[in-house]
Amino acid sequence: MRRATDVAADVRSGQSSAIAETTQALEAIGARNEELNVFIHLDEDDALAQARAIDEHVARREDPGVLAGVPLALKDNLCRRGELTTAGSRILSGWRPPYSATVVERVLAAGAICMGKTNMDEFAMGSSTETSYYGPTRNPLDPSRVPGGSSGGSSAAVAAQMTPLALGSDTGGSIRQPAALCGLIGVKPTYGLVSRYGLIAFSSSLDQIGPFATNVADAALLLEVIAGYDPRDSTSLAIDAPSYAEHLEEGVAGLRVGLVRELVEGADEEVEAAVARARGVLEGAGASVVEISIPECRLGLSAYYLIAPAEASSNLARFDGVRYGLRVDAEDVSAMNEATRTLGFGAEVKRRIMLGTYALSAGYYDAYYGQALKVRTQMIAAFRSAYEKVDLLLGATAPSVAFRFGEKTSNPLAMYLSDVFTIPTNLSGDAAISVPFGRGEGDLPIGVQLLGPGLSEARLFAAARVLEEAS
Amino acid sequence: MSLREGWEMVIGLEVHTELKTRTKMFCSCENVFGAEPNTKVCPVCLGLPGSLPVLNARAVELAMAIGTALHSRISPSTFHRKNYFYPDMPKDFQISQYDLPINVGGYLDLPDGTQVRIERAHLEEDTGKSTHLGSTGRIHGAERSLVDYNRSGVPLVEIVSGPDMRTSAQARLYASELRGILIATGASDGRMEEGSMRIDANVSVHRPDEPFGTRCEIKNLNSLRSLTRAIDFEAERQLALIEEGGVVRQETRHWDENLGATSTMRSKEEAEDYRYFREPDLVDLAPDAAWQERVRDALGPMPAQRRSALLGHVVEATTAQRDFVDVVVDLGFDDYVMAAVEAGADAGLALARAANELAANAESVANLSRDAFVSALQMEQAGEISPTQAKQVLSELLAHGGDPREIAAAHGFEQLSSDSLGDAVAAVIEASPEEWSRYKDGDDKLAQYFIGQVMKLTKGQANGKAVVAELQDRR
Repeated sequence: MRRATDVAADVRSGQSSAIAETTQALEAIGARNEELNVFIHLDEDDALAQARAIDEHVARREDPGVLAGVPLALKDNLCRRGELTTAGSRILSGWRPPYSATVVERVLAAGAICMGKTNMDEFAMGSSTETSYYGPTRNPLDPSRVPGGSSGGSSAAVAAQMTPLALGSDTGGSIRQPAALCGLIGVKPTYGLVSRYGLIAFSSSLDQIGPFATNVADAALLLEVIAGYDPRDSTSLAIDAPSYAEHLEEGVAGLRVGLVRELVEGADEEVEAAVARARGVLEGAGASVVEISIPECRLGLSAYYLIAPAEASSNLARFDGVRYGLRVDAEDVSAMNEATRTLGFGAEVKRRIMLGTYALSAGYYDAYYGQALKVRTQMIAAFRSAYEKVDLLLGATAPSVAFRFGEKTSNPLAMYLSDVFTIPTNLSGDAAISVPFGRGEGDLPIGVQLLGPGLSEARLFAAARVLEEAS
Repeated sequence: MSLREGWEMVIGLEVHTELKTRTKMFCSCENVFGAEPNTKVCPVCLGLPGSLPVLNARAVELAMAIGTALHSRISPSTFHRKNYFYPDMPKDFQISQYDLPINVGGYLDLPDGTQVRIERAHLEEDTGKSTHLGSTGRIHGAERSLVDYNRSGVPLVEIVSGPDMRTSAQARLYASELRGILIATGASDGRMEEGSMRIDANVSVHRPDEPFGTRCEIKNLNSLRSLTRAIDFEAERQLALIEEGGVVRQETRHWDENLGATSTMRSKEEAEDYRYFREPDLVDLAPDAAWQERVRDALGPMPAQRRSALLGHVVEATTAQRDFVDVVVDLGFDDYVMAAVEAGADAGLALARAANELAANAESVANLSRDAFVSALQMEQAGEISPTQAKQVLSELLAHGGDPREIAAAHGFEQLSSDSLGDAVAAVIEASPEEWSRYKDGDDKLAQYFIGQVMKLTKGQANGKAVVAELQDRR
């Protein structure tokens, strides 16, 4: 598949056109969408209309933007004005937001073509895209397996060569894990780097929007477009839009890298071996790698499964049938609320709402939510102290290659363990990237994870480039 | 009202005031009362999926102004989510302040000398407004419910007093004094009838030498009259219960204005668990010293100071004059009075005119300039126009503004020359020879009689003092 940077260059120069690129993407989607269930909301006329507008810009010799004519997939929890946005849930069926997310405005302003909405675990709660109301998405590399999740539709869109780029959201690994399982670059940016305005919240203090791409340069370009201060998000960092492209080839010579024991332990042997080979490549490129331990990582999963459900129980309260989405009529308001939520939410969402409600309840708050916040504080301190000794950290992204359907659905804890290596970065608020590195069982891709302190994305991209070159 | 001998009420109030900001607390929708339902709304105040709150700096400023006026400590604070389901609350949680409010502690001195402690005054957002159609008028048993979200996200400050009031009259005094302070800070328009100030009352009864009794909270009292009535009813109810050998249970009660009674809304056991936790979509709030100072510097005098400033110009104020001062400060007309006093007018006269004539047309006071008020008073005091005429001039100034001299001239008020006054006095003397001879013999009380007669003859155009001078000349 062609790179996004090449597509944009060709459209800008007139060698290609947005219409041609969009038509080609629509054909690719048409060819496999029924089989893979990647896009759950598609609006072909709208995509073509966007493309024509870009081509008119080019014809008038106006700047059509750095993503001119590049087809892009949006995870279904990103609001786009007038277009169906359902977060993979029945409770939002038919909802068309009257406004667009900041990231959507930014990619459109940069000339990208929003092809439609991709499938996801309902409200981003899952690691396999199996909890979607719209049915599971299949991994394009092996349709008998999951694409990962929760942004499985977005990773599948890029892996199936439907679009060169996609946006997802990462609350506990929902970009990095599906990127690993689909053989892509996936970035979880520093908390606050990308505006969350217009992202349907799962866990507000953990959610970040980030890119999927087939290569590091494309991912860096997309992150450049969406990053930067947004006055509509109070947690947005007051920094200028960063520039990554110019730092991509800076390499890792002289960098200190920590291989984190807790971020490989319990992984399949082939995954551990891939991380070891990645270590060798980084060393070969001039980095010094030391093994370190961050024991707090072992507490990450437990803390996450209190904090994220607690926030979710509050964030999802608004889906009550009163104002939008599904409504199941009943004799009075509270019966209507109950009937609507009973029918509208799937089992995993209900499980987490109950878990979160319990964790925040009077008499349990201190033992559960309060305790989890303490762990989070320790996690932040542990990573800060690690980053005083090393520039980057290295580990696995997911414990295994893509797993089969139903393999973990009957055991929530096994499913939750899919994110054991990615969750610590969400809790610490730092940045991380998953880079495809080698293959494992069934010739399926393995992802290794590079982690860095807040706002170290440029360094992470440069290191990812080194691994990309060697893989 | 107070309870029967040996018993005492204990009252604490929670006053919610809407802040008079241009826009709402977390979005840029207009903050305005009375607009067409659901026209002042956006994704943020409708709580649409994906929307995020951004704190209004002006709301913070007004909250600090309230805190400063109440002698509170302005403190680093945080926002929490208060979670519960209600159709007029679009996110099904309310953003409020919990363990770390912006204003901590403080006090309010009542005109009766009591000091009421302020526990806290915190920021929170208002909900939408529900209208329940059906016989009950409440959500239970409603045939249909309509929701207007224009009010959703309007900034509020909740001011929580200590349990320091002992009678309903004192509670009323506190609410009224606080209302004056809120208006003086510019934080609120104090319009209780529009719901911009709403009160919850915590009421218990005890014998003064015993610990406080169990309290009940009466929700949503929206006039000073309801406040007084509800507290009195509730205290009597509790006392009757105790005297029957019963126990007061802690609960939230509803005041029914028509029945004049409180009734159970929910008991303590049924109280919701709000599952408060830090609002992750907002950052901590810590106004720096410079900002706090700007707010403090911008704060004008509070009602208590303004009352003593006015009283300072009255020698040995009468009860009526003290009442005038209260009215004048309450309506914010003190600058008229002060302007008149500074221009040399009599303070007592200025107070009376402001508390009566201006107060009677308070809503149109914008038509009346300070200068016009001062000139009208000076004309009255100089005897150029009579008190009756002065009242008429003020009433016209209030109705459509203008220049008092021109108004007086248009009515011919000023034209009662000394000649025509002399003619009038002469005519009256001629018509009342008996009274005149008694007056000449030294019965000064008859001056009033002659003034009245002259007034009648001149249709009120004469000045009393001028009449007396004329009588003296002829005595």
